[in-house]
Amino acid sequence: MRVLVIEDDRETAHFLQRSLRESGHNADVAGDGETGLAMARDGGYEVLIVDRMLPLRDGLSIVQTLRAEGTRTPVLILSALGEVDDRVKGLRAGGDDYLTKPYQYTELLARIEALARRPAPEQQETRYAVGDLVLDRLSHKVVRAGEPIVLQPREFRLLEYLMKHAGQVVTRTMLLENVWDYHFDPQTNVIDVHISRLRSKIDKSFAKPLLHTVRGAGYMIRDGSD
Amino acid sequence: MTALTRLLLSTPFRLALIYMGAFILAAGVTVGFIAWRANELLTTSVVETLRAEVVGLREQYQAGGPARLSAIIAERAADPGSSLYLLIDSAGQRAAGNLRQVPPELMDGEQRGVFTYVPQSGPTQGKPRVAVGVQIDVPGGLTLVVGRDIEDLRRFAWTMGRLGLWSVIILSALGIGGGLLVSRSVLRRIESVNETTRSIMSGDLSRRIPLNGSGDELDRLAESLNAMLARIEELMRALREVSDNIAHDLKTPLNRLRNRAEAALRSSAGPAVYRDGLMKTIEEADELIKTFNSLLLIARLEGGAVAESMERLNPASIIADVAELYEPVADEAGLTLSVSAEPGLALTANRELVSQAVANLVDNAIKYSPNGRLHGANGAEVAAPVSIVLKRVDGAIEIAVGDRGPGVAPQDRQRALQRFVRLEKSRSRPGSGLGLSLVAAVARLHGGSIRLEDNGPGLRAVLNLPIGGPNPALAAAGHGREH
Repeated sequence: MRVLVIEDDRETAHFLQRSLRESGHNADVAGDGETGLAMARDGGYEVLIVDRMLPLRDGLSIVQTLRAEGTRTPVLILSALGEVDDRVKGLRAGGDDYLTKPYQYTELLARIEALARRPAPEQQETRYAVGDLVLDRLSHKVVRAGEPIVLQPREFRLLEYLMKHAGQVVTRTMLLENVWDYHFDPQTNVIDVHISRLRSKIDKSFAKPLLHTVRGAGYMIRDGSD
Repeated sequence: MTALTRLLLSTPFRLALIYMGAFILAAGVTVGFIAWRANELLTTSVVETLRAEVVGLREQYQAGGPARLSAIIAERAADPGSSLYLLIDSAGQRAAGNLRQVPPELMDGEQRGVFTYVPQSGPTQGKPRVAVGVQIDVPGGLTLVVGRDIEDLRRFAWTMGRLGLWSVIILSALGIGGGLLVSRSVLRRIESVNETTRSIMSGDLSRRIPLNGSGDELDRLAESLNAMLARIEELMRALREVSDNIAHDLKTPLNRLRNRAEAALRSSAGPAVYRDGLMKTIEEADELIKTFNSLLLIARLEGGAVAESMERLNPASIIADVAELYEPVADEAGLTLSVSAEPGLALTANRELVSQAVANLVDNAIKYSPNGRLHGANGAEVAAPVSIVLKRVDGAIEIAVGDRGPGVAPQDRQRALQRFVRLEKSRSRPGSGLGLSLVAAVARLHGGSIRLEDNGPGLRAVLNLPIGGPNPALAAAGHGREH
């Protein structure tokens, strides 16, 4: 995956470049807003990571310009400003996701991978399947190995999100943001408890577990034979 | 700057000076005008009298000829008084009168006006005096000069003028002196304000401006300045308390983090220990970041920065969502989470912040609830309940989150809402001590409040939020209870 990092702090930029390469991605770095916009226009990138505060041209303006020109490349906005209104501004400018500094690298990686593989809205499937687990988005039915599984509405949405990103790491924050629409950090690890409930319903009575914990990062649903 | 120049430059003194200047100018113009008019009137009336006398004398001449005129003039000139006469015959010789010669001032074309003469007799003999006179030609080649001594009048006017001048001088002196006195007293009071501000600037925030008790505008100014100073001092004290708390509560984990890194580095046990040390360091750093984020959020909320992101929402769905989020956690801790919500309520608020506040309260309630089961009245085990109750109270909604934990003693309740305050009993439990103060900040941002009550037993935290949001105008716009 080709990633463009537009970030003026050299150390942060190089840390990201190195880490992304270690994760098997090809990362370029732009040190200011104008260079970043030019490189993003030349294209070929699957994801843009854009810092909000940049010399020459700020991050939101880059995203707005790209969107106005019709570029649909997914954008993750990085910012030290993380309050309610800042996030809304970032997403309104055309950003696809918003991550507040300081962040965990695993969180950033999970998010850009989710962004890069996100299907266009019109291509969204009505049915997800991982191994012998099938989720039907229209009838709201979940079946594993032919056996129906009864889920609460929130559990259904949790599983739906996980299956939409099957094979990708999904962090707790991503779940909290996308399943519950909360952008704050609950003191207790509430997500873990919800996951363990879901797990007891979809994995407990089956030999092969599908819902895996990725240590230090989050969760992933995948067919073990992948 | 010396005390004197300060006094002379003071506003009251300058005002007094300007006032005095204007007064003196007005008085001078008035007195001058009066003097000028008086002089004019005197001279004119004297000239009129003279003219009448001349007419009379001319009649005498026509009746009796030069001899009679000469005799009359000689007779009149002999009378003591202010009348002056001179008759010159056709040969240019003085024929009669008490003037020695035609005054040179009357020789010009007009032949009338003010002149000086030297009397030949009387008490002022030999001293030059001022007079007004007219010179006329009498048929037969005679020249007649008739005058009036106005020296006494002039002297009187001069005396009056000097009197006026002196009164102006004395009045000005009194005015300037009064101005100085007034300015000095005003200046002294302003100086006490200055002195107070200087000592406050140099760090003594407890100083206040002395009042003189008169209740005048300077006193009222001092009163409001004192009130402002009291507010600033209170804010400074709060700020210092917060920074002390930050220093204490952030230094401890920072120190722990440092110790851990150092211990791992010192160990020679190999990569596994390094790895473990680094992992724990990152965990500690994450905790610190969380604390910082909460602090920043509280600071932002207290600045009122997110007021524009308020929306109309249903409070019942907010608490239902939070309860749904925490229900498995409560269940795992052996607690039941009960929700009771009055239906049909609406609220203008920021969903995210109110959710976070309620989540903090529920999180606290779960954290402080006794583990496991309680014994009910009949000896049967019942789950320790955490209850969330939503109801309408006047123009506000109240969200009460109650637990059956140890509670908070009444005298500690106010303190528990402050930043970083963790009551001693709870120090051992996880948390930054910012949870409740964040709730309080959210409440304040929405124009509401948070209070802690006895839940008999346990603690009940009640979040009160006005239905119309922080702006009462919204409530007035008919967003009452929605049916």
